[in-house]
Amino acid sequence: MYSEKVMDHFSNPRNVGEIPDANGVGTVGNAKCGDIMKMYLKVENGVIVDVKFKTFGCGAAIATSSMATEMVKGKTLEEALQLTNKAVADALDGLPPVKMHCSLLAEEAIHAAVEDYMKNHSGE
Amino acid sequence: MDRIYMDNAATTAIAPEALSVMLPCFGLTYGNASSIHATGREARQKMEDARRTVAACLGAKANEIYFTSGGSESDNWAIKGAAFANKKKGNHIITSQIEHHAVLHTCEWLEKQGFEVTYLPVDEYGLINPEDVEKAITDQTILISIMAANNEIGTIEPIAEIGKIAKAHKVLFHCDAVQAVGAIPVDVNDWNVDLLSLSGHKFHGPKGVGALYIRTGAKVETFMHGGAQERGRRATTENVPGIVGLAAALYKACSNMEENACKMMMLRDKLINGILEKIPHTRLNGHPFKRLPGNVNVSVRFVEGEALLLRLDLAGISASSGSACTSGSLDPSHVLLAIGLPHEIAHGSLRLSLADTNTEEEVEEVLRVLPEIVTTLRDMSPLYELYLEEEKAK
Repeated sequence: MYSEKVMDHFSNPRNVGEIPDANGVGTVGNAKCGDIMKMYLKVENGVIVDVKFKTFGCGAAIATSSMATEMVKGKTLEEALQLTNKAVADALDGLPPVKMHCSLLAEEAIHAAVEDYMKNHSGE
Repeated sequence: MDRIYMDNAATTAIAPEALSVMLPCFGLTYGNASSIHATGREARQKMEDARRTVAACLGAKANEIYFTSGGSESDNWAIKGAAFANKKKGNHIITSQIEHHAVLHTCEWLEKQGFEVTYLPVDEYGLINPEDVEKAITDQTILISIMAANNEIGTIEPIAEIGKIAKAHKVLFHCDAVQAVGAIPVDVNDWNVDLLSLSGHKFHGPKGVGALYIRTGAKVETFMHGGAQERGRRATTENVPGIVGLAAALYKACSNMEENACKMMMLRDKLINGILEKIPHTRLNGHPFKRLPGNVNVSVRFVEGEALLLRLDLAGISASSGSACTSGSLDPSHVLLAIGLPHEIAHGSLRLSLADTNTEEEVEEVLRVLPEIVTTLRDMSPLYELYLEEEKAK
């Protein structure tokens, strides 16, 4: 039911963990629905130099989190804000229809972390 | 190591004894059991032998056994058939919140047809209180449908007590015994059931065949209209290979029931105790001892069930979960919610269901692999992180 890429990112997720001195953090989803994603960003000069995630959720939730971190690493904040759930799903060679909401969560988690950074650094 | 199959509540491997009696039915005794010639009579003979075997295993009479396409058809036939045959007497049906979807969705459909349904709650172990059944009976009640044992959490219901109540109130009693038949003793008279569903592939018989027991005199409408098969009550050319396979598997399961149950209960309890000991923040779902010999159902906090299943699958272990992601909806299992689990704990459930063919080595392998998987998933779980932070703050 899952593509090889999804299974790869599920079994060997990239960028798992926390960033102790993260300057942008975003959490989306809720435990009641069975998915929570937390994204940590380290931003320097408007560029995401490091990104890590923690996810409580199904195989697709973990794989989309992992893929989303890969897609925004080294990108500018503006580029990260343009990340769409479709791009994440496409990069994973597609998701089953019932799992598309997982890719939406990944998009929202990245956006939430970027917005958190922007809110904290609006004066700069 | 070969793959470890611990999803026997979903389906089982066919017993060699069942397969060997089925095979000749395809090429040698392939007749239509309704034909009057010798080829047909030979097929009919096998089918009627099978019917007597099934009846004997349930304490029923042979002419009370009707073969169907499986558990879901048997449940549909029993409930819709009883509802429509008795609608002049009343329109009220009593069932429980933890029934299989074959029962629940049938009842929900009947509600749209004007019937009224009471869905009884269960306690924290998934047990139905017979007093609740009695209290729910009104002068409109025409059917009670309660499962013998739950497919997810393995809890064995007090069917004999409910049967007494149904009989005293002269209300038809249907029992979905799909998980119980072949695993625990089932006797339609001890239980006072009027209708009982079973499915072949749950006890090492073939898929696509089941049976419905209909007590002599119980009013049930025909469900499948057409030819005069099954004494005119269920049309369709009889699935003779499936029927003889089902009977052979049931005979074997019932002949070895005590021995198998002892072995499976030993493995089951080893698995349960091992998981609860080795993995912190786990709980057993279902009743500690009023449970099917092969059922293990645990909730693992801070992880999600599908992720657990996929990791087990990669490690060569087939299991099942009640998480939303495996149910195809956004809600976790209705059974786990009915026993009072919060959503986030219900999402992290794991069912391991054993057969007599599982071994102690397999149980040990699961107990070796599972804690590692849980640790990996918890390490990436923000819920676990939150829990650790809260603990630190205390």
